[in-house]
Amino acid sequence: MKKTGSQILLECLVQEGVETIFGYPGGTVINIYNDLIDYPIHHILTRHEQAAVHAADGYARATGRVGVALATSGPGATNTITGIANAYMDSIPMVVITGQVPTALIGNDAFQEVDIIGITRPVTKHSYLVRDIHDLPRIIKQAFYIARTGRPGPVLVDLPKDVQIATAKFEYPDKVEIRGYKPNSQGNPRQIEKAVKMILAAKRPVIYVGGGVTLSDTSQELLGFAELIKAPVTTTLMAMASFPKKHPLSLGMLGMHGTYYANMAVMESDLLIAIGARFDDRVTGKLSTFAPHAKIIHVDIDPTSIKKNVRVDLPIVGDLRDVLQKLIAELKLTPHEVKTLADDLAPWREQIANWRQTQPMSYTSSTTEIKPQFVIETLRKVTDDDAIITTEVGQHQMWTAQFFDFSQPRTFLTSGGLGTMGFGLPSALGAQAAWPQRQVIDVSGDGSFQMNSQELATLVQYRLPVKIVILNNNFLGMVRQWQQLFFDQRYSQTCMELPIDFVKLAEAYGATGLSTSDPAEVEAVLRKGLETPGPVIMEFKVSREENVIPMVPAGKGLNEMVLAS
Amino acid sequence: MRHTISVLVENEFGVLSRISGLFSGRGFNIESLSVAPTLDPTTSRMTIVTSGDDQVIEQITKQLHKLIDTIKVIDFTGEDYVEREMALIKVSAEDSSRAEALRIADIFRAKIVDVTPRSYTIEATGSPQKIDALIEILRPIGIKELVRSGPVVVGRGAKGWRSAE
Ligand SMILES: Cc1ncc(C[n+]2csc(CCOP(=O)(O)OP(=O)(O)O)c2C)c(N)n1
Repeated sequence: MKKTGSQILLECLVQEGVETIFGYPGGTVINIYNDLIDYPIHHILTRHEQAAVHAADGYARATGRVGVALATSGPGATNTITGIANAYMDSIPMVVITGQVPTALIGNDAFQEVDIIGITRPVTKHSYLVRDIHDLPRIIKQAFYIARTGRPGPVLVDLPKDVQIATAKFEYPDKVEIRGYKPNSQGNPRQIEKAVKMILAAKRPVIYVGGGVTLSDTSQELLGFAELIKAPVTTTLMAMASFPKKHPLSLGMLGMHGTYYANMAVMESDLLIAIGARFDDRVTGKLSTFAPHAKIIHVDIDPTSIKKNVRVDLPIVGDLRDVLQKLIAELKLTPHEVKTLADDLAPWREQIANWRQTQPMSYTSSTTEIKPQFVIETLRKVTDDDAIITTEVGQHQMWTAQFFDFSQPRTFLTSGGLGTMGFGLPSALGAQAAWPQRQVIDVSGDGSFQMNSQELATLVQYRLPVKIVILNNNFLGMVRQWQQLFFDQRYSQTCMELPIDFVKLAEAYGATGLSTSDPAEVEAVLRKGLETPGPVIMEFKVSREENVIPMVPAGKGLNEMVLAS
Repeated sequence: MRHTISVLVENEFGVLSRISGLFSGRGFNIESLSVAPTLDPTTSRMTIVTSGDDQVIEQITKQLHKLIDTIKVIDFTGEDYVEREMALIKVSAEDSSRAEALRIADIFRAKIVDVTPRSYTIEATGSPQKIDALIEILRPIGIKELVRSGPVVVGRGAKGWRSAE
């Protein structure tokens, strides 16, 4: 029996095991929406296409599965761009399906036509314009395969309306054959042997971990590796939850707002073992002074990440699971030497402990105003270990990274590479859709929250009990901080002159709103908010001009941290 | 340093824009680019001339590899290869310079492919250096128009590479 293109698309999604998609209808996807009613796919109608893509992103980050978003052509498609770019920068597996005007009209400036393939080319891992219904199953199969394999990323499929209406026999290919795409997963054994030699010779090694560990679900392997050689571990924002913060070997985050001891350790190290990280400028600070004494081993699935920004002494291209397992196995061949190394690193660990003691992560507490860091610490206290925390972008995001002790992978969802305000709420929506029973909390600033606050409606409609913590400083705080420190306190356009009544806003959508400015009430409000069924906004009016420190000013070396505000 | 890179790609919709977009988006430089289908009509071969230090060239080849539509990438620099470019050069050929233009074309084994009372169009092929030299010599006569194809390259020796390899 023949099926229409839109039915074939949905068949393919079912075959891929897709259970939930996020989207928004329109003229060029109306056929897909019509057929959707007949398929066992749960669709969540967000209030903006950007939010649909962020939700698919949050779903993917929280589960490791491919997130799926659906939007109409023209404005629907252009609204997805920020979401796609965000997923691209953080290597999130995602398939975005856009409707397109009929093939005969493409290029005619037809109503709601945009060249979405062209617009998104630099921010997708790959994209397809489906011009023949017979290609559709192969393309969908490839799209999912490309999105989740190798270095993951978003793939866009642009589906013209006439292809959705055309009919063909449906047959789903069982194999993917792409001659130009064969991601290399096996680490080269000779490189691994060399790495082990370098590791055994190190006196001041640091393991520097990036989002690759999160994406490949290898935090157990990482833990095994670190504990074997007893070397300190520092993570980027993207790897935050993939190494337990409370672990004695954990240095917390490095980089612009990293801990003093992580940055000092990197600057003094003689061997930097980079695992699934990409030496982003927010991590390295001034490149010419970065880790000046260190040899660098760089393990990554993506060869283009290696030697892009920094010199590398030993590159290892491969899947982190394979490489870490091989590294551990190779090290275990010489248990005596490994034990000696682990013991010999004692002075190095002591040196780091000293740094930690002289400059711990701290803030000045207050009994009169709410310190934002205090809210984060208290939040940790009252949440479950497997609670999923998302953030927006700004000071609140950095305080969450600094003061929330993450202990489980895929529990911290944040926009790293693109730094997208407005990511937190819809990504929390997506995470909650994936894990209805877990606590999902968006930590937000008052500025970012207003970038996608319309998604409160989606949360209420689908009974997704996301909790929202707003650290309200009535400023675009992070920009204000830069203006204070580097622009003579000239607060140009960073004061949100209009105070929003977030309690009323929550209530307008049928959610619950709580608010306080009293530090003594912080814990009670958090507990009450978490206990209240359904979506809840908890607003904390925090001390307005608190700064995120330590801070490495842009363009400075990691050892030139500002330690007090 | 100048590098000549051959790229075998799927003959797919939009592949040229993926390649050129990669160069412009990452600030890599393209001196010339030529492209046409190969024996296998599902693939095209591009020849890209670019320049950069070792690190930049390494990034360029890796980034080219990373594109899904790219099947194979070869940087011919340091290899033994034949490089050829074609130029069509319209020169003024008035009384005094007519014979001179002919003579120069002859020395460079170039052909006259179009003649008017006031001009010759010269077709020349050869290494880019030869084309450069020809242009320099013709310049005093008066070049009215110049079109260069950009080089294409092939490795020396009996072995060939195709899409299947
Ligand atoms: C979409 C977007 N626009 C602008 C910025 C630049 N930016 C970075 S942080 C920030 C301020 C965020 O303010 P808020 O959400 O209130 O958080 P706070 O820093 O006060 O915690 C801005 C404007 C951005 N990251 N994303």
